[in-house]
Amino acid sequence: MANTQPLIQARGLVKRFGDFTAVDGIDVDVRPGEAFGFLGPNGAGKSSTMRMIGCVSPPTGGTLRILGKDPTRDGPAIRARLGVCPQLDNLDPELTVQENLTTYARYFGIPRRVARERAAELLDFVQLAERAGSKVEPLSGGMKRRLTIARALVNEPDIVLLDEPTTGLDPQARHLVWERLFRLKQQGVTLVLTTHYMDEAEQLCDRLVVMDGGRIVAEGSPRELIERHSTREVVELRFVAESQEDFAGKLGGLGERLEVLPDRILLYVGAGDTAVADVHARGLAPASVLVRRSSLEDVFLHLTGRTLVD
Amino acid sequence: MTAVFEFWLVTYKRVWRGSALSTFVLPLLTVLGFGLGVGDYVDGGVGGVPYLDWIVPGLIASTVMQVAMFESTWPVLSNFNWVRTYEGQAATPVRLDDILGGNLAYVVFRALTGAVAFLLVALPFGALHSWWALTVLPVSLLLAFAFAAPVFAYSSSVTSDSYLALLFRFAVIPMSLFAGVFFPVESLPVGLRWLAYASPLWHGVDLSRAATLGAPPEWSIPGHLLYLALWAAGGYAIARVRFKKRLVI
Amino acid sequence: MVALVLPRLVSFEGAGRRSASVAERNVAALKSAYWIVLISGFFEPLLYLLSIGVGVGGLVGDLTLPSGQVVEYAAFVAPAMLASAAMSGALSETTFNFFGKMKFMKLYDGVLATPVQPFEIALGELAWAMVRGSLYSAAFLVVMFALDLTTGPRALVAFPAAVLVGFAFGALGMALSTFMRGWQDFDLVGSAQFALFLFSGTFVPAESYPSVLRWVIEVTPLYRAVDLLRGISTGTLGASGWLDVAYLLAAVAIGLMIASRRMAKLLCK
Repeated sequence: MANTQPLIQARGLVKRFGDFTAVDGIDVDVRPGEAFGFLGPNGAGKSSTMRMIGCVSPPTGGTLRILGKDPTRDGPAIRARLGVCPQLDNLDPELTVQENLTTYARYFGIPRRVARERAAELLDFVQLAERAGSKVEPLSGGMKRRLTIARALVNEPDIVLLDEPTTGLDPQARHLVWERLFRLKQQGVTLVLTTHYMDEAEQLCDRLVVMDGGRIVAEGSPRELIERHSTREVVELRFVAESQEDFAGKLGGLGERLEVLPDRILLYVGAGDTAVADVHARGLAPASVLVRRSSLEDVFLHLTGRTLVD
Repeated sequence: MTAVFEFWLVTYKRVWRGSALSTFVLPLLTVLGFGLGVGDYVDGGVGGVPYLDWIVPGLIASTVMQVAMFESTWPVLSNFNWVRTYEGQAATPVRLDDILGGNLAYVVFRALTGAVAFLLVALPFGALHSWWALTVLPVSLLLAFAFAAPVFAYSSSVTSDSYLALLFRFAVIPMSLFAGVFFPVESLPVGLRWLAYASPLWHGVDLSRAATLGAPPEWSIPGHLLYLALWAAGGYAIARVRFKKRLVI
Repeated sequence: MVALVLPRLVSFEGAGRRSASVAERNVAALKSAYWIVLISGFFEPLLYLLSIGVGVGGLVGDLTLPSGQVVEYAAFVAPAMLASAAMSGALSETTFNFFGKMKFMKLYDGVLATPVQPFEIALGELAWAMVRGSLYSAAFLVVMFALDLTTGPRALVAFPAAVLVGFAFGALGMALSTFMRGWQDFDLVGSAQFALFLFSGTFVPAESYPSVLRWVIEVTPLYRAVDLLRGISTGTLGASGWLDVAYLLAAVAIGLMIASRRMAKLLCK
């Protein structure tokens, strides 16, 4: 592969709004064909980063190159090759589903005939073909999101930016969106997405960075991150008590690490079943016990001391 | 019903500053710009009455119509479709008549503030010839009701706010221009004259003009009142059916 | 014309095409009830002309212009109706609708993710408003001609002038919308518009106002528009016509410049 030049390259990227620093000097490289994720809680600086990459928000400091170009100088040329799916759907309520795609294509200077063909293909792709003539408003949240994704693909972009693509959707709708995005990934489209769902990041991302307070706190593939920052398995214990804290002391020495949450205790261990047996051996009787594999949620908890979704 | 009326008064408190400007300043500008300005060029006035004094009662009735119409169009549509205020009220022990009546009472109240403002503006210009001018207030009340009630029915039936714009274009504006506010209806061609007579606004204008000038109206007073009451009652009945259909499922 | 006035802002080719795509969106959005609203928009100035020009004109009689020429009241009021129709047509599209698209539909957030830039959005929206406004102006001039309130050649000259008036108010309205905080601010715009409508020499010659008021009025855009169109339609245009044209051209340039700068600031944070 000759082309190893990153599609997006950020060095010391900063975004400030007045006194508030939303993005605090981050370094990012996104390579062609990969699915790259920004994982973090609300307010971590993910959306600000995405808006800078989308060339609609000038960086306050650092350097940013997208497709080898400078977004402050070549904004229109870069945007011509990007597809953007914003956090909140900003579809045109006065147009039909199909017209939303065709008019959007016109903003890219795509000829009308091509726009119509492409709209039809994309509506098939996001399974909205039978709603082509409908207005946008009666569509469900999941349908609107799929339409927004289709709209982001109308210019056959080199990079697709997805800001929290499944936030606010019900589980079924989320899976449908994931499945479509996975298809895009297989077609070799470069995806950049933000999310605060660890399952989403694990499902879709080849590589991701964990953001907190405007900084990158870890970087790697989901597997690498889990191996590096967590144990193989986790035991979740729930005790019937005023405070889980009371029991934390009695679990000392079990597992590599222990996190006390308001409603449960997480025990980080190599082998879950052995640990559960040890807990019972100490005469403790938790109301519920769950053994599971480590996830990005645990990585995040370890790195920041907080849960992702509050 | 008072609870619903009070609710609307509270929301009014939040916006009254802006609307105070339009309720007082706009009448003043109209009196100055049109009444005085054009009045200067109308020799001999209308039937011996100075032009300014002649149009003031017309402008009052026209203001009452416009406030009543405005408050019963976009706000009603929005209460159903966008803000969904009615839905929230319908979930409480409040009855259908309370929701409709309380909101109508508020609209009539807003229209009345417009009439009062206009009377106060007209007073220093000597445009009010008689103490009968005070009867403009009950007339405005009835007129506002006669406009608001049927328009509540209309606004609760249309699907898009474009239809509200059409109501203004095809009813409100033609009425304010041709129903005897700016020039006597008699100078219209016969067909149009009857259209003007049929408009509720003309009845309000004729009554208000009789009141501020202290002169007999062109048509019978009971006739005027009955005609306006008919619009109000008919409008209320239809609006009630529409509200019931949309709120009681 | 706009490209001539603002060559520096249109810094690269394709701007025209992209602006057109913004206007194209509005054509696609034309549907059902909106069509009737659009078409019926023409009747409003006509109704005003008939009510004030003909109805009130019956009470006023003839009017002597400053030039000494005597015209019937309807011929005096008609060009003012044309000017204020151009104003309100342009303003309704560029204030109310523009603000709604920007703040509530978040339409431009989506557009700015494409190669289209803020200035091109402003230009496209304005061009659309002008297409709509120009049709009204043309229809109204036909009516004026039919009612014998102006001559054919004068109506032909008045048409581009009316389009210029629309451009000026459209650009100013768009600039103004970028400063609006919420819908209630539009009450102020409406009141200001109404005041302009009443006092811009619309219904009576500005010469009849007290002199202080007159100076204030003479610097307002609607007065300049009325002065220009009335001069053309009654054939009494003097040197002040050039001042009117210069004033309106400046309004287009300044309005567009402010609008696109403010939009970039509001939307590209």
